[in-house]
Amino acid sequence: MTLQNEPIKRVELKPKYCRFKKNGIKYIDYKDPDFLLKFINEQGKILPRRLTGTSWKFQKKVSQAVKRARHMAILPYTGDSLK
Amino acid sequence: MNNYETVFILNPVLSEEQMKDTVEKFVNVLKKGNAQILNIEHWGLRKLAYPIQKKSTGFYNLIEFSASPDLINTLETEYRRDESVMRFLTITLDKNALTYNERRRKGEFNKNNRKPVRKTEEELAK
Repeated sequence: MTLQNEPIKRVELKPKYCRFKKNGIKYIDYKDPDFLLKFINEQGKILPRRLTGTSWKFQKKVSQAVKRARHMAILPYTGDSLK
Repeated sequence: MNNYETVFILNPVLSEEQMKDTVEKFVNVLKKGNAQILNIEHWGLRKLAYPIQKKSTGFYNLIEFSASPDLINTLETEYRRDESVMRFLTITLDKNALTYNERRRKGEFNKNNRKPVRKTEEELAK
């Protein structure tokens, strides 16, 4: 594992889009870990918008859902989240 | 009458009927405050992502209801008073959340395996 704190994802050059607007997802459920795992990196940290490309409105919903999931011990605060 | 959804984790050391009584107790608190209960789910024993009170598993319950706002304080003091409740979370539901929960109950997101098992088996059998 390289020493960087988070792996740099080589995002291809295609324009990034907000997956929530595109697929018409309106509500992000905090009880569903496998969906939320897409938005946190291996250490359990929330991925920034520049990598995921989500709009600010849904980034807030994602971060709120992740924080609620962490509170309810559905997602870990730290540690490898891929287990 | 707002829509709320509350999830709480019970201590796994409780016996089966103790868990039933505590869940019953909270449902009665809601009923007494004339709340209208939409959905109750028992996810059963689940592994916690990190140990709470030195326990690594917990008994998850979800209650979806609509009630007047001042009932929430009584519900939450009830949670705090009961020490078998390890953690609880009550949130308000907006219209998107309601439609999502509706679709989830109908089993549209079949990848979501935490719905009450009885219902989905019949649905899948259909």
